[in-house]
Amino acid sequence: MNGPEKPYGVIAEFLTPAAVMHAAEKVRDAGFTRWDVFTPFPVHGMDKAMGLKNSKVGWFAFLGGVTGYACGMLMIWYMNSLDYPIIVGGKPMFSPFAAFPPSYELTILFGAFGSLGGMLFLNRLPRLHHPLLKNRRFASVTHDRFFIVIECSDPKYSETETARLLAEAGSDHLEMVEE
Amino acid sequence: MAERTIPSNLPVVPKELQRIPLVENQRGFAWISNKIAGVAEGKTPRWWWAAFVPSSLFATLLLCMMAYQISTGVGVWGNMRPVMWGWDIINFVWWIGIGHAGTLISAILFLLRQRWRTGVNRAAEAMTIFAVICAGIFPAMHVGRVWYDWWLFPIPNANGPIWPQFRSPLMWDVFAVSTYFTVSLLFWYMGLIPDLAVMRDRAKTKVRQFLYGLFALGWTGSNRQWSNYEKAYLLLAGLSTPLVLSVHSIVSLDFSVSQLPGWHTTLFPPYFVAGAIYSGFGMVLTLLVPLRKVCKLEEVITMRHIDVMCKVTLATGSIVGYAYCMEYFIAWYSGNPYERWTFWHRIFGTYWYGGMAMLGFNALVPQLFWFKGCRRNLVVVFIISILVNIGMWFERFVIVVGSLHQDFLPSSWGYYKPTWVDICTFLGTFGLFFTLFLLFLRFLPLIAISEVKGVTPQADPHHPLGGAKHEEPVPDEDAAI
Repeated sequence: MNGPEKPYGVIAEFLTPAAVMHAAEKVRDAGFTRWDVFTPFPVHGMDKAMGLKNSKVGWFAFLGGVTGYACGMLMIWYMNSLDYPIIVGGKPMFSPFAAFPPSYELTILFGAFGSLGGMLFLNRLPRLHHPLLKNRRFASVTHDRFFIVIECSDPKYSETETARLLAEAGSDHLEMVEE
Repeated sequence: MAERTIPSNLPVVPKELQRIPLVENQRGFAWISNKIAGVAEGKTPRWWWAAFVPSSLFATLLLCMMAYQISTGVGVWGNMRPVMWGWDIINFVWWIGIGHAGTLISAILFLLRQRWRTGVNRAAEAMTIFAVICAGIFPAMHVGRVWYDWWLFPIPNANGPIWPQFRSPLMWDVFAVSTYFTVSLLFWYMGLIPDLAVMRDRAKTKVRQFLYGLFALGWTGSNRQWSNYEKAYLLLAGLSTPLVLSVHSIVSLDFSVSQLPGWHTTLFPPYFVAGAIYSGFGMVLTLLVPLRKVCKLEEVITMRHIDVMCKVTLATGSIVGYAYCMEYFIAWYSGNPYERWTFWHRIFGTYWYGGMAMLGFNALVPQLFWFKGCRRNLVVVFIISILVNIGMWFERFVIVVGSLHQDFLPSSWGYYKPTWVDICTFLGTFGLFFTLFLLFLRFLPLIAISEVKGVTPQADPHHPLGGAKHEEPVPDEDAAI
């Protein structure tokens, strides 16, 4: 790495979920877009405090489930009725009833992959590097502290005003983080 | 990091409205992560080695038995006409049943908003995965020619290809069990991601930092991440709920789709599912009662947790007891002499001891949990939890061997007994199970750290312990929607 480090954003530390939630409401009302709240556990009501919309993971799970069911039915129809039909006990070559249990399981299997995959995709995970994870102080976000981070790339970001907003919102500790 | 002081302005809650806390002594976030992550850090305790060495020896025994069976043939087992399903299928059903408590705790209790599940779900899910691994060994081995196991899956082969025959419940079972294993693993891993980040941020050595960091996938705990994570968790819980109910239903169809007296009954799917959850809770209690003691986690896995799990055991045990009564009633009411014969001989025939163990340990023993004194006495709970699993093993013995050894024609009756290979293989799966479970304890947080933090009062931004100002009116959650 050459040259001076590019600034990534300003991090503000809070001690309680109530403090970070009220601060998040202020940041939301100030109109920031490239910012986030970091907590050791999901804080209920934070989506509303941040103005986030309902998560889209459900669509991935739904698509996975539909794919799974369709794959199951088509696969069984193709294998047992078209490609290599074998008469078993006078039963029909293909029946949606006998094909249902495996298709049902495949619905769940693909739906589960859809949920996990969708979650990882929407969260842009896995990632090997994140500027915040280098910060020593930020490591306590998985322990007992709460943070608000406003990125420098936010159109509303200004070096003095943003820090002041966070300090007024009740942060105990402010710090700049480099890229 | 120092503990936060408890504010003195806590509102006074009338005694009858007070709830028993999920984490005792108002412990803070830092205490929770130090305590739980601490089990997987530091010097390996002596009790761990004392448990691990015999477990791994038994796991080695399993490998030897598998090698012997594969190299010699399936005849080393006691399976012989007319009992072609012996200990292998009993053990398969038994182990897979044990897994069901983990999914019940992680999925169904999540949907039912049972917040106490956070204290036990991680260990129970781990138990599920390891139990399904042990279960999977038996059907894979009992086909005899293990190297043809891949024919069970719809993979093109050189013979046509000949495809699997999907009109058979055995084929449904392959899909049910493999889906069950995969989805349980995904669910477990997703729950682990935030906690792996906890371990990563606490890691002292480079190797630990790298490995925990790798599997934590770069988790930062941002609220945008949590938002997607919680939705995905809810969806996985919603998907696992029909899954867990279907898996043992399909296992029961392996039996009930046949025409054999003792197997051919429509009661089997719900009866098997209740029995599976019952045996699973037995195993959860067997594992957690000593574990909370040796890991000093009594404040997180509290007496209340034990109490509720005993109640679930009682409820499912009673459902199983009801199913037994129903089976006997239907056998009598059907007027079918073969059905009547089979059920009469379950408790008074060749294998009377199996039938007695099944009725006694599954229908009667859990009734002790009606008494608070029994639910609060850890020695009693531990003994009952083991009896539960002995009873459930005998239930499968009675169903499999009891129904097969004497069917329609007396000329084809027989007597089944296991060989030493059967016994050693079964003992070996215990070794494998406990080896995996002990490794899990040593390297991963055995309780969901972030979830336990989330159910403490100080995690609630509207609670004084969570930093809410006392003079603020507490917002009405329902009115806000």
